[in-house]
Amino acid sequence: MSLENFIQRATSEWMKVKGPQSDIVFSSRVRIARNLTELPFPMMAGTSQGEKVVKTIEKAWKKIKKHQPILQSAELIRMENLTDLEKRVLVEKHLISPSLAEDSRHGAAIISHDESLSIMINEEDHLRIQVLYPGLQLEKAWELASSIDNLLEKELSFAFDDQVGYMTNCPTNVGTGIRASVMVHLPALAMTQQLNRLIPAIMQVGLAVRGIYGEGSEALGQLYQVSNQVTLGQSEEEIIENLIGVVLQMIEHEQSARTRLTSISIIQLEDRVYRSLGILAYSRIMDSKEAMKRLSDVRLGIDLGMIQDVGSNVMNELMVMIQPGFLQQYAGERLNPEERDIQRADLIRERLRMEKQTD
Amino acid sequence: MLCPECGKRPATIHYKKVVNGQKTEYHLCELCAQEKGEQMPGFDHGFSFHHLLSGLLNFEPITQMGNPQDDASHSPQVLRCPSCGLTYNQFSKIGRFGCSDCYSTFQQWLDPLMRKVHGNTKHNGKVPERARGKIRMRHDLEKLKEQLHRKIHEEAFEEAAQIRDQIRALQRQLETE
Ligand SMILES: [Zn+2]
Ligand SMILES: [Zn+2]
Repeated sequence: MSLENFIQRATSEWMKVKGPQSDIVFSSRVRIARNLTELPFPMMAGTSQGEKVVKTIEKAWKKIKKHQPILQSAELIRMENLTDLEKRVLVEKHLISPSLAEDSRHGAAIISHDESLSIMINEEDHLRIQVLYPGLQLEKAWELASSIDNLLEKELSFAFDDQVGYMTNCPTNVGTGIRASVMVHLPALAMTQQLNRLIPAIMQVGLAVRGIYGEGSEALGQLYQVSNQVTLGQSEEEIIENLIGVVLQMIEHEQSARTRLTSISIIQLEDRVYRSLGILAYSRIMDSKEAMKRLSDVRLGIDLGMIQDVGSNVMNELMVMIQPGFLQQYAGERLNPEERDIQRADLIRERLRMEKQTD
Repeated sequence: MLCPECGKRPATIHYKKVVNGQKTEYHLCELCAQEKGEQMPGFDHGFSFHHLLSGLLNFEPITQMGNPQDDASHSPQVLRCPSCGLTYNQFSKIGRFGCSDCYSTFQQWLDPLMRKVHGNTKHNGKVPERARGKIRMRHDLEKLKEQLHRKIHEEAFEEAAQIRDQIRALQRQLETE
């Protein structure tokens, strides 16, 4: 497969559009949890009950899809029909969760053609309606998720109670069942060592912050996910407004840190950015940790106008494509970690060369 | 294969464990594995969080406090959700609900749990259309009952009889929904 074709398939349609505030906010996601009455949650479901959930939801989707183009274009995929590698790629695209891929029984997902909508079936809850948009567009994402919820509700009876709201498997999702999150790129705050102060402050207002790639506290590529923790007692709109308010403040802090960096130590910053670009353009072996770090540097250089012959979405693309599932899909075979590091370096070099050619 | 622990659900979790140099293979369903507190790789949030959460559940329910002579049938240890079969023990260990009826089964732990997790106990967000209909019906019912009292008080019995019929119809509708 040519790299062009591979990229075409690897990047979701929604990723190719630039969203608002996209120099710092890479994507916005809203996910709502719903369960059917009459059937036990997936954790307690027997085989026939799990199958019944899929069938019931499939039937409802087929009935309502003519009312919503995005549902019309969607496809229902059963986890049991996918290879491990195919599932892994869906996880790396954030279209399904690792637990749906690995642990679910009768797990399935209804995924729209542009991949902005994904309805997971038989994850922790019977339904998880997820919308992904580029940039900071949480309200729009909630609007779409809520309208899909309204359509489904015409055909399905959702477990709801006046007091606790939507009933979910885990108490942390009860009430609205909503998890709203944004993926933010904070390289300047990281370089100026301000994250150690910022992250605890964000957590104090009831939001969760975690690195997107990488384990524990280490965030690869300076990408962080900020999301609401409370789902009960506040309306969906309040939850989203609150999150947007905090994200806008983070954007402001990151922007002023970028300005300060360029005014104090422009030559050091330029050196770092171009050094990383050079390494990405010429290396032969690269682990994911280094790749993410270099991509983050280059992306910052693009946002600051230092690098002008590389498109900013190339970095977003590459951050997805250098993950193990994608690399192996591109190679067309299973690769061990050493082979992956070579394949990763190859892919990055080729992609950057493509950029030069289109100029 | 079926999970040998409960004999009910399929075993979906397979792992080997070395205890005193002896390698043993385990095949469990998700629920029994969680109950055993196994740390499984690749789980979305791991179990540590749910251990934390379940710690919150290991307290005396409010209704039982200062009431130690309660007979055994009321003791939480034998409480079991009639719909999905989740026991109090499982609920308190894994900190998750097995079905929507678990919420009424374990009602007495609900408020303190929600307050700890969310700092709130009452939903304040979206209401599904169906439930909205019910809430409206209940609201109408209250209004009609008030009217009925007024009409009886005014000795307007013919009108009162009409309202009574409306009330009965609404009540029937609410029950069948
Ligand atoms: Zn079991
Ligand atoms: Zn139950």
